[in-house]
Amino acid sequence: MTVHRPFPRFTRRSLLKGTGAAFAGLVLSPRFAMAEEEKKLSFYNYDTYIGETTLDDFNKATGIEVKLDLFADGDELFTKLKAGNPGYDVIVPTSNVVERMVKANMLMPLDHAKIPNMKNIDPSFLNPTFDPGRKYSLPYQWGTVGIGYRKSKVEGAPDSWKWLLDDEKYAGRIALLGDQEHAIGAALKYLGFSYNSTNIDELNKARDLLIKGKKLVKKYADDNGQDLLAQGEVDLTMEYNGDIAQVMTEDDDLSYVIPKEGSNVWEDTIAIPTGAPHPENAHAFINYIFDGEVGKGITKTIMYATPNAAAKALMDEAYQNNPAIFPPADVLAKCEYSAYLGEEAVKVRDEIWTAIQAA
Amino acid sequence: MEDWKTNRNVFWTLATPGTLWLIAFFLVPLAFLFVLSFSSKAMIDGQISINQYDYFSGLTNYLRSFNPDIVSIFIRTLWWSALATLACLIIAYPIAFGICFAPDRWRPLLLMLIVLPFWINLLIRTYALMAVLRDNGLVNSALGAVGLGPLPLMNNTFGVIFGLVYVYMPFMVLPLYATIERLDKSFLEASLDLGGTQFQTFRNITLPLTMPGIVTGVVLVFIPCLGTFLTSELLGGTSSWMIGNVIQSQFGPANDWPFGSALSLLLMYATFAVLAVRAFLSRNSKGVDV
Repeated sequence: MTVHRPFPRFTRRSLLKGTGAAFAGLVLSPRFAMAEEEKKLSFYNYDTYIGETTLDDFNKATGIEVKLDLFADGDELFTKLKAGNPGYDVIVPTSNVVERMVKANMLMPLDHAKIPNMKNIDPSFLNPTFDPGRKYSLPYQWGTVGIGYRKSKVEGAPDSWKWLLDDEKYAGRIALLGDQEHAIGAALKYLGFSYNSTNIDELNKARDLLIKGKKLVKKYADDNGQDLLAQGEVDLTMEYNGDIAQVMTEDDDLSYVIPKEGSNVWEDTIAIPTGAPHPENAHAFINYIFDGEVGKGITKTIMYATPNAAAKALMDEAYQNNPAIFPPADVLAKCEYSAYLGEEAVKVRDEIWTAIQAA
Repeated sequence: MEDWKTNRNVFWTLATPGTLWLIAFFLVPLAFLFVLSFSSKAMIDGQISINQYDYFSGLTNYLRSFNPDIVSIFIRTLWWSALATLACLIIAYPIAFGICFAPDRWRPLLLMLIVLPFWINLLIRTYALMAVLRDNGLVNSALGAVGLGPLPLMNNTFGVIFGLVYVYMPFMVLPLYATIERLDKSFLEASLDLGGTQFQTFRNITLPLTMPGIVTGVVLVFIPCLGTFLTSELLGGTSSWMIGNVIQSQFGPANDWPFGSALSLLLMYATFAVLAVRAFLSRNSKGVDV
């Protein structure tokens, strides 16, 4: 949960779990299912994760009114839709959530013919392991998980997970991402295993490492590591690159590095949930987003890495060459997507995470 | 009030909305949790399903609740809740006494000050507390100005218990105030007149007579402490999960609603046990009932 100032800045993955969802309203079911759809669209997204004027511009261009609802993390999105779609047309699930939702028949196949702007997407994104052939989802933004740090308090660049997990030097000045996927993933990576390991011996080793390392860690931060770093509460934090990039613009003393052992690369996608009341409008909206100029407007606001090649080409060089946003290819090669591991593996991870919390 | 049997129409008119509300929004969801707690995720095509259940498939979820990690978190929850309740009692007792013996025109204002925090959302209050307690927060900045600190006031056990005491203090003050206010002051005068010391008077007169208020306050603080998850998450450190955090995780990241349901119901049974103790104590009490 994002905190530490009376009125926390709402970042993409920021806190206030559930409060965003509290604004969810009901969307009427399509009365003219076969005829023209009513000019409405319900969009379920992270906060501050769309261009400042994108929704208004879309409304001007098409007459479709977009109602925006907010969620705090992929688990909230999944939980909300699990018992049936409450009326959303377009959602923003992360790669592993896409995989899980496809397995549970929660996503509607996309009609690529209705999204001609797919031609603007960088071809390297068109056949990911979690959604072969992009049947259900299109790439919205992507990024990495790494270490954000305060240059004046840390000697050199903390280019290894060792700095956070297995080194007394900065004990008590460290925050880790507080969830089973990433905290355990980083420990696995440091030990030379896969971020997505389901091998119980490997997972137990990661558990022991994390329990031993508890005295080093001040807080398992719920995605507010960038705030703890900016406020000087910690000097090293495991975080999403975009969150660190945001605080870096306000404080020159902060920097970001991806550990040499490799890390996590994530992709947020755009998809249509099963039971969406306005699938035509949803396709029109998705097509609109992949327009070059529209994509540029989004990227200028949120400053994440865009898979929209046309939008990237329109951005300035400072963005295109920012290593915190676009890491070098050799570093990226060692990073893994979080996969959906199956319910049994999720349970094992949760038990390990509970054991770490109990210790 | 007339007997409800003689005025059935009035009775049902008044009782129906509340009853329906209770059934629709409390009993039905609770029954769903109860069923789910004896269920497990269904196997479909050799894979564990994400959102389908095998209903009434056994006691697995309850057996899993006795996993050592869960038990140790549950013991931690009981222990911290007890500490927070005790701290609330020790702090609230003099406050309640103070309000009772304050001049009449001050009393409403003082009570208002106790209730005032409820006008602000728990989450916002907790953020405010974090701004006060953190390493660069108000307290440590003040200490730093005189060359002390910083003290570790949050991201640890102290932070969680401090947060619980801060949040639930009014639940202790109000019932204590209600009993102390109705305490017959002549008993105290009699005790002192008959040669009892202040301490003896407190121990033998005041304490037994205000016991119902103490018990009610303890119950009102202890029970919500048991279900804490927000305070422990925001103010705690790396070993601060309480049972509420485990339950939250089951309904969130772990997507294990059956196990989460079993844990929720076990927590509810623990609550019933606390209420049973309260009923027992108040039946044997000689004090002023609240």
